[in-house]
Amino acid sequence: MSLTLDRKDDPATSARTSPPHQPPRSRDLGSGHGERKGRRQGPRRPLPATMALYVLIAATFALFAIPLYWLFSSALKPEHEIYTYPLTWIPSTLEWSNFAQAWTSAPFGAFLRNSIITTVVGTALEIGVALLSAYAFAFVYFRGKMLIFALMVGSLMLPGHITLLVNYITISNLGWLNTYQGLILPGIGSAFAMFLIYQQMRQVPEELVDAARVDGASHMRRMRAVVIPICRPMILTATLIVLITKWNDFVWPLIVTSTSDMRTLPIGLMFLRSQEGYDAWGPVMAGTVIVAAPMLIVFFLAQRRIIGGITAGALKG
Amino acid sequence: MTTLLQPVRRPSRARTSAPPRRSSPQLRRRRLTEAALFWALILPNLLAIVVFGYYPTLYNFVLSFTDWDFVQPAPVVVGLDNYIELFQSGSMLMDALRNTAIFVLVAVVGTLFGGMAIGALLAQRLRFSGLVRTLAFAPHMLPGAAVGVLWLFMFDPNYGLSRWLFSMFGMESPHWTTTSDFSLWSITIAYAWQRLGFVAIIYYTAILDLPKDIYEAAALDGARGWPLFRYITLPLLSPVTFFLTVTGIIAAAQTFDIIATLTMGGPGTSSTTLPWMIYDQAFVDFNIGTSAATATVMFVLLLVVTLVQTKYASKQVHYS
Repeated sequence: MSLTLDRKDDPATSARTSPPHQPPRSRDLGSGHGERKGRRQGPRRPLPATMALYVLIAATFALFAIPLYWLFSSALKPEHEIYTYPLTWIPSTLEWSNFAQAWTSAPFGAFLRNSIITTVVGTALEIGVALLSAYAFAFVYFRGKMLIFALMVGSLMLPGHITLLVNYITISNLGWLNTYQGLILPGIGSAFAMFLIYQQMRQVPEELVDAARVDGASHMRRMRAVVIPICRPMILTATLIVLITKWNDFVWPLIVTSTSDMRTLPIGLMFLRSQEGYDAWGPVMAGTVIVAAPMLIVFFLAQRRIIGGITAGALKG
Repeated sequence: MTTLLQPVRRPSRARTSAPPRRSSPQLRRRRLTEAALFWALILPNLLAIVVFGYYPTLYNFVLSFTDWDFVQPAPVVVGLDNYIELFQSGSMLMDALRNTAIFVLVAVVGTLFGGMAIGALLAQRLRFSGLVRTLAFAPHMLPGAAVGVLWLFMFDPNYGLSRWLFSMFGMESPHWTTTSDFSLWSITIAYAWQRLGFVAIIYYTAILDLPKDIYEAAALDGARGWPLFRYITLPLLSPVTFFLTVTGIIAAAQTFDIIATLTMGGPGTSSTTLPWMIYDQAFVDFNIGTSAATATVMFVLLLVVTLVQTKYASKQVHYS
């Protein structure tokens, strides 16, 4: 089983390929199987069992909802409601000044800028680099290329912590500590995204690429006009996964940056906390919301694709 | 994603415009152009992987036989001293190994049980299960630092949810992050909460993909409830369980951000795991050799896990 999403599972392509008379797609995450739609078939469940299941669903809901609710509500609570017991569940007034206080007590503007620059530039470079190499492995003739492929994919076995020390020394020798290139460049090598995209490229109908070649299209043109458009869904999925990973990255930005104007958001959060200690939970939670919110928004906008990509990578690998 | 290491099946047909075997000057030139293009296309990726992946791994190994503090002009070779020191009883590595083992074991086993239960529950397709599914997966998207800081607040014995939860049972909240009895548990709980939804969604997807005909046959034989789960569902899910176990071990063993924000390895070494020790030795105490040797130990341990997976990966035959 290949690592790719089924072509038919993909909204982007199915819109073009599926005949109009087909029933509407299931709304299930990461699945396109029609039989999954709707309620469970088979014998009707007895009422007590159904009620028990709903109790369990409610418990699961609470397990995830309460901490997330606590994060957002604490970020908006006036100070005295954070430090009283019994706890206040609903803030009496929405205290937006927590955000202002977080923003000014640490250079959050700089953290946000640095996070955006490293994430966006880093993702663009990594996906670009992955695209080029995936195309080379899928479509360019070279004897023994699969050996190089194995070498590159094998780098997935190297845990991040073994490269940490020497990469720090390398970046330091280049004089790149505390710079964007130092933050970004060590992370642009890509085995995971390359593998995902390569797997999708192998599904591209050979006839299409051959037709373009016969028409005299160069490799670059074939890649741009034929291969990339067909593989766009998987490229998008890979981009989202890389984006999330880079935004959440912690240990490398921690060691490679040394001044607060170069820190990224997750690192800034750690320093916001140690500066303010235990006395300013409202602003600290507001800072946490600033760090967490962008990826939550990305997730809610593209959750089908993200969960689909991650589960496909996990289950069909 | 270590499953990617399985051998890649090569396409049965030649996928590329391979020149024919017969060699002529034009063909040879075309082949050379293709080769040049190939190298040009993979070079950026290959270079980044070699310079920031393979070279550091090798050089880290070399550094593990030296002593250095970033200040001396060059590392001093000390042979096996770092390793001998590391493996003495009572050393920091012994604590880190023990803590890592406990953390990984509890986190992986806990999320497997919890995730399978939640996955099976979601697969019942009750009302609201879509909402719960989305919510459960959301923590997996968050930066570990955010999860760590959120739990730090919730663990606060005076103002956190922990006090509320424990007072419901008439108890006082433990001082989770500041006492050595609980610090390791605090990072385990926070980490498990972040990963649980991911495991649940994987199980949920796998359960929905289970072959229907087997269940129809089992229903004819009158199998229901627990025996059906125990003798049919559980074995069918075993490849997924195996995959989640292996990748779970690898992911948990490398957890850093939650530890950095919750306990910073402390108090003392009570929540120091291998990744924290590698960081702490190199960038706090400047014992480069010790840090490099610790990283090598961790690398070897994870390599064993990966190799076990690669060996058994081919047995994951239940798909398709």
